[in-house]
Amino acid sequence: MATKLDSLVDSLNIAFPDISKIEGAIHVSLDLVVLNVEPSQLLEVAQRLHDDPALSFKQLSDLCGVDYATYGQDEWGTDTGNMASFSRAVSAASTGSLSFGDGFELPASDNQRFVVVYHLLSLDHNVRLRLRCAASDDSMPVVPSICSIYSNANWYEREAFDLFGILFDGHPDLRRLLTDYGFIGHPFRKDFPLIGNVEMRYDAVKGRVVYEPVTIEPRVLVPRVIREDGRYVSGAAPSDEAKD
Amino acid sequence: MPEIRNYTMNFGPQHPAAHGVLRLVLEMDGEVVERADPHIGLLHRGTEKLAESKPYNQSIGYMDRLDYVSMMCNEHGYVMAIEKLLGVEVPERAQYIRTMFDEITRILNHLMWLGTHGLDVGAMAMFLYCFREREDLMDCYEAVSGARLHATYYRPGGVARDLPDRMPQYESSRFTSKSTAGKLNDSRQGSLLDFVEDFTNRFPKCIDEYETLLTDNRIWKQRTVGIGVVSPERALQLGFTGPMLRGSGIEWDIRKKQPYASYDKVDFDIPVGTNGDCYDRYLVRVEEMRQSSGIIKQCVEWLRANPGPVLTEDHKIAPPRRGEMKGDMESLIHHFKLFTEGFCLPEGEAYAAVEHPKGEFGCFLVSDGANKPYRLKVRAAGFAHIAALDEMARGHMLSDVVAIIGTQDIVFGEIDR
Repeated sequence: MATKLDSLVDSLNIAFPDISKIEGAIHVSLDLVVLNVEPSQLLEVAQRLHDDPALSFKQLSDLCGVDYATYGQDEWGTDTGNMASFSRAVSAASTGSLSFGDGFELPASDNQRFVVVYHLLSLDHNVRLRLRCAASDDSMPVVPSICSIYSNANWYEREAFDLFGILFDGHPDLRRLLTDYGFIGHPFRKDFPLIGNVEMRYDAVKGRVVYEPVTIEPRVLVPRVIREDGRYVSGAAPSDEAKD
Repeated sequence: MPEIRNYTMNFGPQHPAAHGVLRLVLEMDGEVVERADPHIGLLHRGTEKLAESKPYNQSIGYMDRLDYVSMMCNEHGYVMAIEKLLGVEVPERAQYIRTMFDEITRILNHLMWLGTHGLDVGAMAMFLYCFREREDLMDCYEAVSGARLHATYYRPGGVARDLPDRMPQYESSRFTSKSTAGKLNDSRQGSLLDFVEDFTNRFPKCIDEYETLLTDNRIWKQRTVGIGVVSPERALQLGFTGPMLRGSGIEWDIRKKQPYASYDKVDFDIPVGTNGDCYDRYLVRVEEMRQSSGIIKQCVEWLRANPGPVLTEDHKIAPPRRGEMKGDMESLIHHFKLFTEGFCLPEGEAYAAVEHPKGEFGCFLVSDGANKPYRLKVRAAGFAHIAALDEMARGHMLSDVVAIIGTQDIVFGEIDR
């Protein structure tokens, strides 16, 4: 397996000398080779990956958007003890109980917020590749469409547009796919509340279905926790502090 | 001469042949389909977003509800992605149990597909035959997990519990006479493995029955041969996987090419079609059922001979045994932490793919080191297939659209997520 990945990295270095000069643009993560590209290079790179016999990535397995707005943020610090303990997560005044909507502000970050991740499969070489392309503008993320190279990207891109609001330049038919007709917003963005913005019911007086603002209180049952004490690293003996 | 205009027709979402909640907007020229525009999302529940708000082990149940006719295979993809990031070892017995249940699930799925596809095309009897065998497999699900459909049986690090030593029995009631119950209980006297083995002995004959009804049936062939032909090049371009890809003549099966669980230790063949039409895909799936039956048999043999643990002993990830928990302080803490907070995955990304009955089921997990996924993307096989419906149906008659929907083996739970 390792040799297969190494030979893929070598072929990628030969095929894309410009990209391979950038630190970390081509690297191995777990059992996959990851290739980071700029939106301006994407079409060229994808075409080469598809056509080059040494790479021959003939199939697009998956395409998805990722919103990195709240990456690495927890709702419950684990470094210091506190009297409020676990209830901080469920009581309304706590930081754990995220109130969404108007009050929710995304943290400022230098990193690009929207990334499109492509999983490509080469049947000839029996190897997968993860292609990552970060959209440069957070307020209007645009990435070129690869529909002309991989036909099935059409619906995947529609889905990413629907859920994340990522625009795909050159897409033949960029319509919403999964959400309701007339839906407002992009539900998988991190600033979109889990419970949604509107709820729907049948109004007997009006004789039709009406949409109203949600009445449910947003609540976090299990707070998001990041533990950096290494307790989940296999083989490492748990340290004393870790046993709380 | 009057001008003949194309007209637009709405197919579904309440049409019995729409397999759930597919809404198709068809542009028709007479009875010929000019363009098909599938409208999906009527079953969109935001599974991926929901998973982001829950600890990892609480989302396994959501996976069952994706493709709700092949539950355990969905779970397998999800727990494999977690295991990949955690680097946890899965005991060999658990690997074999997973292999066996993946194949049981494959038969479950293919029986459902065969029954409904037959029904759509007009072979009513198929439905009744297929559901007869399906019932037995549902009993296997029930025996190991207590649930007939949504099992939540696979866990990160193994499976929830070992195979039971006895099968649940039927009781006579107002609806089941004593003699019927007795007949049903005949094969349920031993352990689950005995029952499964008995099933694999019976099942090939059942497949013969299905084939007698369909394979050389004139009407069946008229409805499926040459319908929805996809060339191998297009099948790759359109992202086809599983039987849809193999029906077009491409020999690709993740179980063979990138083996997971115990698939490298069992012997089986990959059936491949030649013409890429609905009939070939039918033949491929029927042969897959035979192969699955063989794999199950091999797993039963191994499982009989090799008792052992079925869940990892790392109690940071898997709960300790109930008895231990009552007597041991540390086990109690482990149990408490696991069920209130869950476990944290190391920061990173993982993509795990399994050969789901419908094709490639992939789970892409992004973890930022928290106890909940940062992003979970489910790559559903049916999504790519339904996206190609337009291309497959173009130029066919309206009635062939039904055959094409059938051959794609569409389940909306996984497409809409």
